[in-house]
Amino acid sequence: MTFFIVITLIKMAIVFGVFMTTLAYLQWVERKVLAHIQSRTGPLRVGPHGLMQPLADVLKLLTKEDLLPPYVNKFFFLLAPFIAVSLALISIAIIPFGPAVPIFGGRSTYLQITDLNVGILFILAISAVSVYGIALAGWSSNNKYSLIGGLRSSAQMISYELPLTLAIVAPLLMANTLSFRGIVDSQGGYVLGFIPRWSIFQGPFPQIFGFLIFMIAGFAETNRIPFDLPEAENELVAGFHTEYSSMKFACFFMSEYANMVTITCVATLLFLGGWQPLFPAPYSNWIPTLAFLGAALLFIVAIPRRKWDRFTYPVFTLVMVVLAAIFAVPFLQTYLVPIFWFASKAGFLLFTYIWVRGTLPRFRYDQLMHFAWTFLFPCALVNLLLTAFGVSIFDK
Amino acid sequence: MDTFLFILFATISVVCAFNLVLQTHPISSALSLIGVMGSLAVLYLLLGAEFIAMAQMIVYGGAVMVLFIFVIMLLNAGAEKSGGKSWFAQILGLPLLSAFVAVLAFIIRMVLPATSPVQFGSWVGGTAADVGKAIFTTYLLPFEIISVLILIALLGAVVLAKKEIE
Repeated sequence: MTFFIVITLIKMAIVFGVFMTTLAYLQWVERKVLAHIQSRTGPLRVGPHGLMQPLADVLKLLTKEDLLPPYVNKFFFLLAPFIAVSLALISIAIIPFGPAVPIFGGRSTYLQITDLNVGILFILAISAVSVYGIALAGWSSNNKYSLIGGLRSSAQMISYELPLTLAIVAPLLMANTLSFRGIVDSQGGYVLGFIPRWSIFQGPFPQIFGFLIFMIAGFAETNRIPFDLPEAENELVAGFHTEYSSMKFACFFMSEYANMVTITCVATLLFLGGWQPLFPAPYSNWIPTLAFLGAALLFIVAIPRRKWDRFTYPVFTLVMVVLAAIFAVPFLQTYLVPIFWFASKAGFLLFTYIWVRGTLPRFRYDQLMHFAWTFLFPCALVNLLLTAFGVSIFDK
Repeated sequence: MDTFLFILFATISVVCAFNLVLQTHPISSALSLIGVMGSLAVLYLLLGAEFIAMAQMIVYGGAVMVLFIFVIMLLNAGAEKSGGKSWFAQILGLPLLSAFVAVLAFIIRMVLPATSPVQFGSWVGGTAADVGKAIFTTYLLPFEIISVLILIALLGAVVLAKKEIE
């Protein structure tokens, strides 16, 4: 019992630290990627290549004046960011990052804070309740732009929850369990020795459609471009968080990014096989090393265009070589390789989010609703029916 | 631990239920109702019915209450004004309510058979698989009748809304 509590506390500390750092740097990555899509450089002044920018942003937000407009409904105005951020941060507690690994004293533990046998339902419950943060923020601000933003967001989240849930059900039928660990375990192994048994590649009905439906609905659930109607700045100033400043604004900002991370993690677990590698085991253990060595090579070959690059590029090369060396140690590979695969899949999906933001324009509101109810919802239903049919014929 | 959690969340749910009636603003009342739903979900969880708990959160805490709040926000309903209470309600309200609750409790004690004491988490059969099996074997007919009933209500809503537009 004591052992369980200690190991859980350690895992919580690690996950919380890594999650918070990810949230801070996700915003930096987003600004950088957007900048490069638009032929700009992005944050560059604070630290080498703007790497210290998240720290500066946090300090800026902390030291800004915390305005409380006189016409707001005070209690709900203060409650809304609290609801938004606490519900957004809670979901990471049941995301598994890797399989059971041996730890000191001959015991083993899972690379996950806790596993629920209704894990996916827990995520759905949290996402169903998290709309209150935005809706209350919009209503309590007593401002027409905020109210319209809050209304739009509730309507949008109710509508897109339907295709999202229906898309989730199909891989659940194939996995035959609701626990995340069970879902990932059911996706282990390879067909013909080289095609991984991830939901997206295999099954009675290929889940690539389900995956696309899930991702599209996920964009709408997290209020991201092209579905960011609740905060469309050319119509609604800033939508539901128009009246918020300082840390209360930062709470909404953080919850948006935390929701993004949760959605990508769930997509990875359900459709992309979680921590299951793309190649069979003996080879896949060396992929991280090769990837980091490749990155190191890139920094050696790249021509330094700015004066400070002559100092930063060798440092980056060294960091990459050290990471490659760490991933090459057989003892550490047990722990790090599953996390590498999980993080690279989730990271790729997060990159897709940013990529889409840099590429697509915003929908009109009627197009958004029309798309959800007349296209996405029937597609999700057909996908579910075909999968259920296939599972009942082939698996039993 | 279980007893402590039970007392905590039972208290929260009762306080939220009182708050629901006492608040004058519809949004405050609706939020109190969400508090009731959430603490009830925790009570289900304590009894070992994890699927019901999550369904409670998704359906009642999420979908139904979001719709309530959405409608309240859309109509922009203001705070309720407590209009003239009759002298009858002011004087005899509380005693009559207590008497009614007492009679109700007495009847429930008389009619329902004595049950064995509840143990926290001792009940197995709350997993999604068990609930699904029960719905599609033992309780198939009531389940199908309810689904048809909901479909009828849905169609009725569509028909009423359509008339309004024309």
